[in-house]
Amino acid sequence: MIERWRTTDILLLGGSAGSFKIMFEIVKLLPADLDKIVIIIIHRKKNFFSEIEKLFAENSRMLLREIKDKDILKKNTIYIAPANYHTLIETDGYFSLDVSEAVWYSKPSIDVTFESAAEIYKERCMAILLSGANQDGAEGLLKLKNNGAATIAQHPDDAEMNEMPSSAINLGAADYILHTEQIFELLLT
Amino acid sequence: MSDTAVIITSLQITELIDLVKRVHGFDFSGYTKASLKRRIVRIMQLKKLEFYDLKHVLVNDPHFFQDFLEEITVNVTEMFRDPSFYKALNEQVIPYLSTYQHAKIWCAGCSTGEEVYSMAILLREAGLSKKSFIYGTDINTEVLKEARKGIYSLRSIKSYAENYQYTGLKGSISDNFTILYDAASIHNELKQNTLFSVHNLVSDDVFNEFQLISCRNVFIYFETQLQERILDLFYKSLCPLGYLCLGSKETIRSDVFKKKFKVINQKENIYQKIGT
Repeated sequence: MIERWRTTDILLLGGSAGSFKIMFEIVKLLPADLDKIVIIIIHRKKNFFSEIEKLFAENSRMLLREIKDKDILKKNTIYIAPANYHTLIETDGYFSLDVSEAVWYSKPSIDVTFESAAEIYKERCMAILLSGANQDGAEGLLKLKNNGAATIAQHPDDAEMNEMPSSAINLGAADYILHTEQIFELLLT
Repeated sequence: MSDTAVIITSLQITELIDLVKRVHGFDFSGYTKASLKRRIVRIMQLKKLEFYDLKHVLVNDPHFFQDFLEEITVNVTEMFRDPSFYKALNEQVIPYLSTYQHAKIWCAGCSTGEEVYSMAILLREAGLSKKSFIYGTDINTEVLKEARKGIYSLRSIKSYAENYQYTGLKGSISDNFTILYDAASIHNELKQNTLFSVHNLVSDDVFNEFQLISCRNVFIYFETQLQERILDLFYKSLCPLGYLCLGSKETIRSDVFKKKFKVINQKENIYQKIGT
């Protein structure tokens, strides 16, 4: 697992209800010279000009930005999927946004970004699915796994809302089921 | 979202783009591929078609193409989407529009008309109803029929109430509709100064001169090269010092056009044409 983390170019983090705290901790602990691309998809309401980006940016040692359409994916950057859009990744290594129908009542949908990353980056990805109260992300995690990515679900006992990681585990989408502390440890290796 | 049954390759996407261009004259080659692929997979699932069958009906069923066009283009829209944009428009652009005898506005890629009517409400509140005209265009004839009707489900109108409130406009969104059972019909006075017609940004040309062009969440479906071609079309369609509005996550990527448009509002992506 540690070896797979070392060889990963892209870290995908998906979460919904109850994932904010752990997402925040991860943002804080990642070193500035991580040499990887990090993409965060976190469900949230539109319109509430969210403080998330601001709070994350203030506490991140890596460069952190909300994704704009056609942004090029660069290492040592944390990208946050904007509210009220789906985030897709193109073969040429840039993001494209999409306002189409919500998936599992969610926009951004974790499934959409995970599936898109799976097709383009295959075994170069590692994805972690965290706490959440719906099934978004499970299918996407499975597709990542089937495309050779390393997939992790937060241990349902540790997740404030366990439906999201549990759905992924039930689908057989998770290579590893990790406790919160184990996730932190891995990312610090 | 289960697309496990449908797998489609990039090569097949290219094949389909070529076919649609040859048979129907619509060119999707400048569209972003990830989104296009998602839409095609969606159509195949919806219509329960294998790739071969999809090609077959596209060639042989004259009615199918309209359905295809409707599904392949994203027609999800809201009234007052991104309320902070409308607020900025009201404060930074509307005062300028009011200096004209008559202001012409183009909503490019207007889908079912929600943005056109949002704009009409904004103009009425600014007292510009009689001094302005809004053209709504889209590639898709079916969505334009809906736009002309201006009838939306009561549920969707209710979901825009929050957007409306954030814009700072007075009253409530339902004041602009006549409500009958579960349908909400936009007031006739708001329809009066609108015209909806077919226009394909990829292939059609300048058709009028405008003081304001709003093209929001359309560029996200286009590769940068196609965006640049359309920026040229918009530039030619704007009067000197005319305004261009893009979606809040879109931006002018072209170095040529960065010089031809001045940023009026960075966050909301409002630009002004400079030069002639």
